[in-house]
This record gives sequence, C-alpha cells and structure tokens, in this order.
Amino acid sequence: MKVEQISIFLENKAGRLAEVTAILRDANVNIRALSLADTTDFGILRLIVNDNQAAEIALKKEGFTVGKTNVLAIEVADVPGGLNNVLDPLTSAGINVEYMYAFANTKGHNAIMIFRFHDLDKAISILNQNGIKVIKGEDVYNL
Amino acid sequence: MPIYNMDFETMPREALESIQLSRLKATLERVYATVPFYRENFNKAGITPSGIKSLKDLQRIPFTVKQDLRDNYPYGMFAVPMENVVRIHASSGTTGKPTVVGYTKRDIATWAELMARSLAAGGATSKDIVHNAYGYGLFTGGLGVHYGAERLGASVIPVSGGNTKRQIIIMKDFKPTILTGTPSYILHLAEVAQEMGVSFEELHFKSGIFGAEPWSEDMRRDLEEKLHLKAIDIYGLSEVMGPGVSIECYEAQKGLHIFEDHFIAEIINPETGEPLPYGETGELVFTSITKEAFPVIRYRTRDITSLNPEPCVCGRTHVRMQKVSGRTDDMLIIRGVNVFPSQIESVLMKSKDIQPHYQLVVDRVDNLDTLTVMVEVGQEFFSDEIKTLQNMEHKLSNDIKEYLGVSAKIKLVEPKTIQRSEGKAVRVIDKRK
Repeated sequence: MKVEQISIFLENKAGRLAEVTAILRDANVNIRALSLADTTDFGILRLIVNDNQAAEIALKKEGFTVGKTNVLAIEVADVPGGLNNVLDPLTSAGINVEYMYAFANTKGHNAIMIFRFHDLDKAISILNQNGIKVIKGEDVYNL
Repeated sequence: MPIYNMDFETMPREALESIQLSRLKATLERVYATVPFYRENFNKAGITPSGIKSLKDLQRIPFTVKQDLRDNYPYGMFAVPMENVVRIHASSGTTGKPTVVGYTKRDIATWAELMARSLAAGGATSKDIVHNAYGYGLFTGGLGVHYGAERLGASVIPVSGGNTKRQIIIMKDFKPTILTGTPSYILHLAEVAQEMGVSFEELHFKSGIFGAEPWSEDMRRDLEEKLHLKAIDIYGLSEVMGPGVSIECYEAQKGLHIFEDHFIAEIINPETGEPLPYGETGELVFTSITKEAFPVIRYRTRDITSLNPEPCVCGRTHVRMQKVSGRTDDMLIIRGVNVFPSQIESVLMKSKDIQPHYQLVVDRVDNLDTLTVMVEVGQEFFSDEIKTLQNMEHKLSNDIKEYLGVSAKIKLVEPKTIQRSEGKAVRVIDKRK
C-alpha cells in the first residue's frame, strides 16, 4: 500500500533545482510527482519517481543528501468535497497530515494525492474502513 | 605500551629539574653569545645568563613572540652558522611573513628521538606500519613523523596529504596499523572511504596519532567511532621543534606529556604575562633547552591550556598539558563575548548526527557582530520534514547560546559545501576585518 518517496536537501541557490532535474534526466528517471517545501535558507524536494534506486544512486553520486520515506497515494474524487471526504475520517481518528501534494494523473477521473502521516498503518486502516482507495506503490511508479 | 626512553621519560622530578637547570643555563649562555635579538632583549631587561641560578629565575627573562621571529626573517634567530644547519622548515605564513626554523644534525636526531617516544606512547612499536598522511614539505608534520617512525624501527608509508582515493587503496592493500595526520584531513579520508564503500572496520589500524590543530574530546569520540582506532593527540609547533613536543599516552589519553628534558613549559596569563600555577588555564610558553640551531626562550605559543603535574598511570613523570582548547589569536570576540571555535565544535559534536565539518562566519551587520555556523546536512541528519530540520537549527542555536552566551544563526548547507582541507582546516571566516 505504501509508496516510497525520495527527498533531497537543497540550499536556496539559483539553479540548484535544475541540477537535480538534469541528474535525473541523465539517469533516465521519470518524475511522477513532486513538491518543494522551502524556508529562507533551504528547501526539501520530495519526489515520486519511476525508479527510486536509479535516482538515489545518481543523486548521491553527485553529493546530494537523499532520504527515503513511505507515503500514501490516495485517490480523491474530482468533485467538490472530494478532498474533505478523505480528510474527515482521518481527523476524527486524530491522524495529522504532515504534508501532502498532488499527483499528475492523466488516466482516470479521480485525482491522486500524496499524503505523509506519521502513523501510516493506522491511516491505511481508516481509509479502508471508509472505502477510500489507497493506490499500491508499484502502480504509482508506473502510472 | 613500552616506553621508548625509560631513563628520561620516567626520571624522578628532582633529577629532571636538575637536568633542566643545567641545560637551561647552557642554552642561555649560547643564545646570549650568538643571537643579537636575545642579547639585546636580556640587556634591556638587565639580565645576564650567569644571573639565572634557578628554574624560577626563568620568569625574569622577557618573552619571545611570533613577531620577533618575523622581524628576524629569515635567519636572524639562528644560533649556529649556516654550515651547521642541515634542514630548514617554515610555517605557512598565512597571516604575514612565514617563520623560518633551522635544525642541526643533532637537532634532527633529537626530534627523531622525541617523535619515536611520541609514536611509542601512542601505541606504535617497531612491528607497526605507519600511514603518514601529514603533508611532507616545509610543514614539519610529514618529516617529523617520518624520522620518528624510522627511529622507532617501524615501517613508514610516506603518503603525505592529498590524493585521497589512492590513500584508501594503500590503506586496504598495505595494511598500515598506525595512522597519522591532521584530524580534519583524517575525517575527510573517512568520508571518501565511505563513498568508496571501504569501512575502517576492515582496515587494520590500532591507533591514530592526530595533531597540528586543536581537536575536542567530542571529536575524539567521533574519530574513534568512525575509524575504529584509538585516537591520540600529539602537539608541537615548528617554532619549538615540530610535532613531538608533547603526546598523550595510550594508557590514559588524558593530557599530553611534555618532554621536559628538552622543553620547559610555563603557563601565563595572556593579558598580564604573569606566570600561573599548575592547574590554571592560560597561554602556554616554551623554552627549548637542547636545541642548537633555533633555540627559543620563553616563546609564547598562543595556545590555551593548563598543566597537570600529577603522576600518570603510564609511569611517565613528565608534566601533562590539557588538550589545547583554543588559541589566543583564534579567539573571536563577538558582541563582547570571547568565543573559541573549539567551544562551538563541542556543542555541535554533542549531537551524534552532525558531521564534523563546520565553519564559523563572523560578520558585522548594522554595526552588530553576527555569528553564523554552517553545518552540513548529512544522510543521518536529514529529514523529509521542514519542521524537523528547523527544530534541529533551533536546538543547536539554543545550545550555543546557553553554553557560550552568544547568539548564533545556524545555516544548514549541503554536504561538501565546506571546503575540505588537506592540511589544517579553515574553521573561521571573519568578514569584519
């Protein structure tokens, strides 16, 4: 159920992001989704890619600090209130969203969003109970 | 660990002091006769060498400072004719003219003996293979260790600094058992080894003898953990001789034994010049009592430490100096607070995940001093959540404030942002000057 996300530490410097994307291009890695969280000094780039291992090796080789975290890819109905339907049961269960971002999905009618929770297993069981679809890792990498 | 020179290193204090006095008198007579600087200095203070009758009388003699050596650049402080000088070394001269030092044949032999004693104190024997990563050249580190290792009868690999990847291969293939170098370069070596997939666990080092720059107890833990060896501190400076002025013993790793049959050590208050008793912290001052080509009289090292005369478990009777905690000229005054880079290092190294690569940037913004501590975000330290990293920044900043009383901004930077040195690390960038 879980999706592996890689994250990269970036200093706030012009051109740094482009360096990362160039490294991934050269390693023939496709970016499926990304989010950039930033402060005045540094940022964290979070990525879902089609080949985690190739991405990690290429980035580490170039001296980047690369982390790996498990996240969930959740299907969200593309209608008013869709996201709210996902969040409500989680909120009632006291599960906090650390961060989330959207996924470019050209197939299907629903949106896909990436969520980071501290307690992933609990989140999965609550989502299952409420009939909300959590997408498998291997399906996400190849969407 | 066997003591290299049992007679001298374990000599009872009384006998040691009587040797010191006779050697001191001979040195004073000689510099008075041969070095114009010392003759003038003594005359100005109304002192003649024959007036020095006890070790305590040494305190009446004026100090020698780095500037005196620079003023007499290059050979003005030499006490023997050039034909008797067989070796010349020089300091890097980053803050002015370099200081040039010379050695006679006997000086080189003395230095080799003291380095052999040092290596033995650090766990080396004639059976060991020494990987010497100190730079060879004008810097005293490389050749100092080299001659000492040969004197001890160990096998020395004169690998010098740099060419780091090749060094890792040599360490794997040649199986050295003793590692020597500056701690900052050694940490760089460890980092490169890790990148190459070589673990120090599979290597064969039993001890590492590290010096030429001050390093903290916390750095020791880090070095010992990363390198799987016992980390021994060695001290020296080219003006006094080079490495091998004092050494930690393998047994205690608590203070560095000063080879007092060759050097007399004093601690003074750096502001008033007043001698301080054992145990008190101040500036370390050396008088060489056996050197021929380049004797120094009451030379102010600018290194901050204290002396401990208590007997040591290793059996050596020579006084121990604490690990150097900083230098009087390294000291930063930030908004009126005295700060030594080593204190910041101690705070940083208390967090296990922090890389030992850091740099302090001091600046003046709107007439206010600012201190920024650059810390590299390594694999262990990283998190995918901003707040975790920011909490770490706040924690470090608070710890520095609490420990040093000065506000510091922590700036997280990418790995390898801080320049790696092959010699001594550049820890401070002061933009106020």
